[in-house]
Amino acid sequence: MSWLTRVRNSLSRTSKRDTPDNLWIKCRSCGEMLFVKDFEDNLSVCPKCDYHGRIGAQERIGQLLDPGFSILPTPKVKEDPLRFRDSKKYPDRLKAARANYPYGDALTNAVGQIEGKKLVLGVQDFGFMGGSMGMAVGAAFVAGIERAIREKCGYVICTAAGGARMQEGILSLMQMPKTTVALRRLKAAGLPYIVVLTDPTTGGVTASYAMLGDVQIAEPGALIGFAGQRVIQDTIREKLPDGFQRAEYLHEHGMVDMVVHRRDMRETLARLLDYLRPVATAA
Amino acid sequence: MISYLEFEKPIAALEARIHELRSTADTGGLDLMSEIQKLETKSEQLLARTYASLTPWQKTQVARHPQRPHLRDYLAHIFTDFMPLGGDRLYGEDAAIVGGMARLGDRRVMVIGHEKGHDTQTRIKHNFGMGKPEGYRKAVRLMELAGRFGLPVVTLVDTSGAFPGVEAEERGQAEAIARATEACLSLPVPMVATIVGEGGSGGAVALASAERVLMLEHAVYSVISPEGCASILWRTGERAADAAAAMRVTAQDLLQLNVIDRIVPEPMGGAHRDPAAASQALGAAISEEIDALSGVPAKDLLHRREERFLAIGNL
Ligand SMILES: [Zn+2]
Repeated sequence: MSWLTRVRNSLSRTSKRDTPDNLWIKCRSCGEMLFVKDFEDNLSVCPKCDYHGRIGAQERIGQLLDPGFSILPTPKVKEDPLRFRDSKKYPDRLKAARANYPYGDALTNAVGQIEGKKLVLGVQDFGFMGGSMGMAVGAAFVAGIERAIREKCGYVICTAAGGARMQEGILSLMQMPKTTVALRRLKAAGLPYIVVLTDPTTGGVTASYAMLGDVQIAEPGALIGFAGQRVIQDTIREKLPDGFQRAEYLHEHGMVDMVVHRRDMRETLARLLDYLRPVATAA
Repeated sequence: MISYLEFEKPIAALEARIHELRSTADTGGLDLMSEIQKLETKSEQLLARTYASLTPWQKTQVARHPQRPHLRDYLAHIFTDFMPLGGDRLYGEDAAIVGGMARLGDRRVMVIGHEKGHDTQTRIKHNFGMGKPEGYRKAVRLMELAGRFGLPVVTLVDTSGAFPGVEAEERGQAEAIARATEACLSLPVPMVATIVGEGGSGGAVALASAERVLMLEHAVYSVISPEGCASILWRTGERAADAAAAMRVTAQDLLQLNVIDRIVPEPMGGAHRDPAAASQALGAAISEEIDALSGVPAKDLLHRREERFLAIGNL
């Protein structure tokens, strides 16, 4: 984790009001020294080079939804089903991740509106155990979709994940079909599903719900892929192409509909939700 | 000739000794029968003992055994009149994933599976069983065809994972896997999946999201390879044995976790010691499963499949 992400993650745990005005960070892309406040006021995008910084769930929800949204509770799941331990016990890793974290796990849902259009918004947070998909993420995804079906509105998800949560072994892998089952139900209910791919989205998340959107949006520069770059490099033993697995590269290869700057995200989602209005279904 | 795994060294020594005594007996006319029989009993007991208590890492090695039967063997032993179908109609033909119509007894089915190859030439041809997007898209095509014509879908999963390469990423590996998983979950016909060797991550799930999931006795199924898990969590691939144990990759563990529904026993000493017997047991199990599902209305099949995956890991 870079120094910038570390600062960002610790910042997302405090409210904006508490951020000292004199704290500065160095842009991860262009190296420019920026005041944290200026950076945050600019949606955590570098004003100099447009680098899109990684943001937590709380900040992302606040950026996207109209005021007055409500956060849905994180569903309870069996914790540490495998009694997994590597150098640390999994419950200890969870406890550390939850310390000063406002929500229960890496995926948080909110129900609200964007420019008056109703939706359920799910946001994955790379700051919580790398956004990794375990049972809690799968359960939250299903709960978000069930809520959207009840509310008769679309589900929008902002993805961010290094992949599956290894500490849950096969049960994390089973979230791939599980989330896909939920998506089938959303589609059967005539409701739209929009994916916003943010930096980074890789592994089992990409190979399931992150690639099944009716419309696929990516943030500029976001790393998006199935296999990790190191694994690919070990396989092919040659230099990876420029911009490989970046949002623009995926757009060029037909894998996403559009690459959208963070400042235009609200408007884009509002327009999409207006075009893809719920249709009446037999069920 | 069987090739022996590291942990089978004592078995290898005994079997070599038996072989030696037999040739001595043959050429010299000596009566070594009682000695040979004694050693054979000993060797069989050792084999049985070893295979009854394989560690998860040892099972991983058995699942990857170079002589383990692969799709080709199962197609030859279990099914008749196999008609392979090729291509995804979008980009190409991927030999890592093989599929087509076949007969299972009297029944017409669609068989789809990973093929790893059995020697250098065929391993390269089949890309070691690592599917590319076109392979998964071909699988989607075949599943849709099976759905339209009422053929139950039988999948045989055996892959270390989907191919991690530049061209696979370029052509949408993630999307292809996601769509294949979705296609499994949308089938209006019975689907029975079996992990026959390695069930490696998303590349396996894409062909295994069925209402009945079987596993051969010594197959493994996991979210990441033990080596990969160890190199991330322990920072060294050398802790692979620990990672295999911690992740619970064996059929016996996965049955307990309700991730799979049934274990198909392998011949003593692993499927590679008797591919025909392994195939026979697998064929019988698949037939039983399909019989049990035949006549179930499409709506109920879909519902069962959905509930199966929604329920995994529930409180
Ligand atoms: Zn910058």
